Amino acid sequence: MNVLSGSTLVMSRELRPMVRDPFTVIFSLVQPLILLALFGPLLTEVPGLGSGSVWDWFVPGVLAMITIFGTSMTGSNLLAELQQGSHERMLVTPLPRSALLVGRAFKEMVPLAAQAVLIILVALPLGLSVHPIGAAVGIVLLGVFGVGLGALSYALALAVRGQDWVFWSIQQTLMFPLLILSGTMLPLTAAPGWMQFLVDINPLGYLVDAERALFAGEFTGSTVTAGVVAAVATAVVGLAVGIRAMGSSRV
Amino acid sequence: MIETLGLTKTFRQGKKTVEAVRGIDLTIGEGELVALLGPNGAGKSTTLRMLTTLLAPTSGSARIAGFDVARDRDRVRRSLGYVGQGNGAGHNQRVRDELVVQGLCYGMTRHRSRSRADELIEALELGELAARTVSTLSGGQRRRLDIALGLVHRPPLLFLDEPTTGMDPQSRANLWEHILRLRREMGTTIVLTTHYLDEADSMAERVIVVDHGTVIADDTAAALKSELAGDLIVLTVSDASALASLLAGVAGVKDVTVADSRLNIRVERAEVILPELLHLSRSHDIDVRTAEMTRPTLDDVFLGLTGRSLRESAASTSSSLEFASTAGELR
Repeated sequence: MNVLSGSTLVMSRELRPMVRDPFTVIFSLVQPLILLALFGPLLTEVPGLGSGSVWDWFVPGVLAMITIFGTSMTGSNLLAELQQGSHERMLVTPLPRSALLVGRAFKEMVPLAAQAVLIILVALPLGLSVHPIGAAVGIVLLGVFGVGLGALSYALALAVRGQDWVFWSIQQTLMFPLLILSGTMLPLTAAPGWMQFLVDINPLGYLVDAERALFAGEFTGSTVTAGVVAAVATAVVGLAVGIRAMGSSRV
Repeated sequence: MIETLGLTKTFRQGKKTVEAVRGIDLTIGEGELVALLGPNGAGKSTTLRMLTTLLAPTSGSARIAGFDVARDRDRVRRSLGYVGQGNGAGHNQRVRDELVVQGLCYGMTRHRSRSRADELIEALELGELAARTVSTLSGGQRRRLDIALGLVHRPPLLFLDEPTTGMDPQSRANLWEHILRLRREMGTTIVLTTHYLDEADSMAERVIVVDHGTVIADDTAAALKSELAGDLIVLTVSDASALASLLAGVAGVKDVTVADSRLNIRVERAEVILPELLHLSRSHDIDVRTAEMTRPTLDDVFLGLTGRSLRESAASTSSSLEFASTAGELR
């Protein structure tokens, strides 16, 4: 069995519970919707949001947020399978090790895209204006970034050797700085110099900026290029680290 | 079917090196039903993990169906089914879905995989559960599903790592019925690990006793019991120490331990020696209040081999005689 057919098999296995019970995808939207409803209105008087409506600035950020929330936690599913024994069972089959990682990482794109579309649909009546093609490209870009972050989350799950608390501590510790330093919640115009440095090395920041540009219908600017580079680089690094971790995984 | 030569696994635990398996040589033929018996931490599961390609041996070699576990992993994996200690099926998956996926993992076509899943659902009486989510199944039902998963690709060799641990007696018996029937029908070679003594005794045709990472005995349960343990006579008498000193000269008596007024006497053939002991007691005015004789168990075999009881050695590895006699007392 080759990596491609193996990955497809793993991906469809991962998606099956979601297809059987799509409410899990919708249920995980409660948090971003609360943020949209309770945090969005507070932003109207905040300077540095650009010329469009507050929703044009905030919604792409919320999409980036569901990307990092969802995909950074996804390793916990593998952690559970490691502890329960089903991962061990798959390791004994002729399925290539890399397929067990690649299939899982690419599966992340599906719930992400579904959630992104739902968020956009909810935000449209609030006054969000979207360029349809730009939004579609933006969602694909989120997916690429999600593949990378998901792969890293799986690598973390493999590395902590069944210790849930280590997984969650690391995930929680990294998630909030990543989120705040990306300009998702508030603009970073007021950031001091040292903080600006951290902002510059945060790939999520480039992604959020690119999403805002794409939603406004800009395709050619350097902002979009930087976002594409950040997403692809995250995916490449994530997959490389993840495949390595899976290859040497021991149960 | 299985051939190992000096199979060894060491783990590094901080600065210490732990030798989990130290030089196991094994030959298991086609169609055998073998139990690996030993206390927790004896190296049973580590051995199984090496044989199933989950762990690379530190040294030594192992061949499964003629293929080397280190060099020819893919063909080794195709030759064996493995039922680990945990649940093979994902908890959020449905029963039939997991069986179909398992077939696809072994490169079966979608059509073949589905029909095989249905066959196994019927064979292991999973019919009513086919559309259920795995997390809603009982322990016994999950274990039946695990066995089905291990058999999807019709492997000539099946490994069962503690297949019945934690199950109630009824589910255990039911699972064994299934295992033995499938074996009759397909001639599968089965290697299981267990720390249930009665299970190894009644189910396996061959028992391999493992302790501290090495094989310390390997034979049929019957042969192990008669050669290594012998029968046990338990007497309650008016003067235990006096009778104990008289027993030193009796032929056929292997071992005597005293606990208060009780004497545990290990003998070769209890039915011959018991009348002799009763006669001896009477002629020395020692009053025998109760007399009991028991056939040996595999625990007695383990006790005879290591000085520790298998039931207790998980809790403590101390091997004092006092400890052993307490264990005997509890039995």
